[in-house]
Amino acid sequence: MPVAMINKTNISDDNMRGTSGNIGQTFGTATEVTDQKDYSILNLGPTHPATHGIFQNVLTMDGEVIVKAVPTIGYIHRAFEKLAERRPYNQITPITDRLNYCSSPINNMGWHMTVEKLIGCDVPKRAQYLRVIIMELSRIADHIVCDTVIAVDTGAMTGFLYLFQWREKIYEIFEEICGARLTINIGRIGGMERDFNDKAWDKLRAFMKEFPKALHEFDKLVTRNRIFVDRTVNAGPITAERALEFSFTGPNLRAAGVDYDVRVATPYSSYQDFEFDIPVGTKGDTYDRYMVRMEEMWQSMRIIEQAIKNIPDGKIHADVPEFYLPDKEDVYSKMEALIYHFKIVMGETDVPKGEVYHAVEGGNGELGFYLISDGGRTPYRLHMRRPCFIYYQAYPSMIEGGMLSDAILTMSSMNVIAGELDA
Amino acid sequence: MHHEIHPNASAAATELHDAVKEALTKAIGEGLVRSQIDYDMPVFILDKNKVHDGLSFLKNDPSMKFGFLTTMCGIHFPDNKGEEFALMYQLHSLEKNHRIRIKTFMSEKDLVMPTITDIWLAADWMERETFDFYGFKFAGHPDLRRILNMDEMNYHPLRKEYALEDASRDDKQDKYFGR
Repeated sequence: MPVAMINKTNISDDNMRGTSGNIGQTFGTATEVTDQKDYSILNLGPTHPATHGIFQNVLTMDGEVIVKAVPTIGYIHRAFEKLAERRPYNQITPITDRLNYCSSPINNMGWHMTVEKLIGCDVPKRAQYLRVIIMELSRIADHIVCDTVIAVDTGAMTGFLYLFQWREKIYEIFEEICGARLTINIGRIGGMERDFNDKAWDKLRAFMKEFPKALHEFDKLVTRNRIFVDRTVNAGPITAERALEFSFTGPNLRAAGVDYDVRVATPYSSYQDFEFDIPVGTKGDTYDRYMVRMEEMWQSMRIIEQAIKNIPDGKIHADVPEFYLPDKEDVYSKMEALIYHFKIVMGETDVPKGEVYHAVEGGNGELGFYLISDGGRTPYRLHMRRPCFIYYQAYPSMIEGGMLSDAILTMSSMNVIAGELDA
Repeated sequence: MHHEIHPNASAAATELHDAVKEALTKAIGEGLVRSQIDYDMPVFILDKNKVHDGLSFLKNDPSMKFGFLTTMCGIHFPDNKGEEFALMYQLHSLEKNHRIRIKTFMSEKDLVMPTITDIWLAADWMERETFDFYGFKFAGHPDLRRILNMDEMNYHPLRKEYALEDASRDDKQDKYFGR
């Protein structure tokens, strides 16, 4: 528990100030601690194996207890919002891949749906179901990363190794669908670029059959494990009220007990057709965040099962030829197709004027795209609501007063992804 | 009062727009400059000096209950003389599942805005990001420093005057592409 009295108004401690090597940022507001204790400063990150990404926190430590934490972010900032102002709409999709790269298909779909909303196009039901399958698979992949890494941080390497190969299986399904694995640029504005082939369906069915066994096994290894429970219960808790003040979304908000899920609140891509539950926690601590993600994987399996069972036949993209590449044989034999091919490749497709916001439930919460179009070939302004960026600011207040080892667990259980944090 | 409705706006959006408009007019009067509906999202353009009051009212009023700050960002319209900069706030009422957008326009000569960190803790980094990229000054913000760019940077990169292409490149001009 915090033992030091902190005077937040005084910004004078030179020990806390400095520059962080080549990018030259100044550390955060220093805190003068007003008692007689001699605190030590611990620089956690930016590159530290336990932070799983490029995050820096300058910690003021009283023994093992964190008195004050000052985060510095921006180490992999790539100016996506500026880049988007120069790029045609279809060329922005690969940028979105690099936000939360653990579940990049959700980002792709979120972006496609934003543009579809702007141009007013109705995506055929089959494409919507294909999208749901892809998005839920990537949610499972995202949660596998997060939950297994929480286990690793408590010292349980075995569960990580058992479950992580199933992420590989998901990537193999993606590979069969679109040829890429991690940052996959899947789908097109208006639908999908192609249907699943037979191999993809086979791999998907095999996954649906065998993954539950693996997840059960992981569950048995970790969830009731004495060491794991001792380490994670009460580590980095946050109340529902505070989580809402900090605009938490996604599993982190649900772990605190608020049942907000974009898939249910504002359904997109036919999520209203599916039956699934929203798991919630009570204390918002590391154990709750872990449990919410575990249950969400089961719910995602439920959704995929329903999607496979009920998927309708039909077209896989809307009739918007200016946004999906025509068949190659048509390009060589038909004038229209050749023109569209050229316009798409050169990025010369104009979209109507307008202003839209569209949000999807990403792996980490509400991923929103606020798009202003002035009618040209590129957005006038694109703002991305990145859930990581918004909830990571609560991190210092969640770890202050706790042990250093809890801080590591809190970070991995919040699933802060540097790509999304820094955009 | 100027008033614009998107042709596809649903009845629910229109109803929400009318209810919020009435309440905002009561709360801040002339502070509500105009309102519109953009693709199902009611949008309220407020006077710069009334934004803090307006947002505080929308969060705390029992009939409004917009308790959740979804996001905020800056926008630059260099050709819109006298109102070159805009701020966008997006609110969400999780109880009623209503979303609205608040906007305010201001001159590039006066980019000082009252902070809303006293209303939502989440506004802290959002305002820092907006300051970093556009140069808005949020009066009363506890720690207004750059957040994603380095501190030594001496400009605000998302402003439209900073072209993304290298200025020395002359092979990428629009005229070569028939634009």
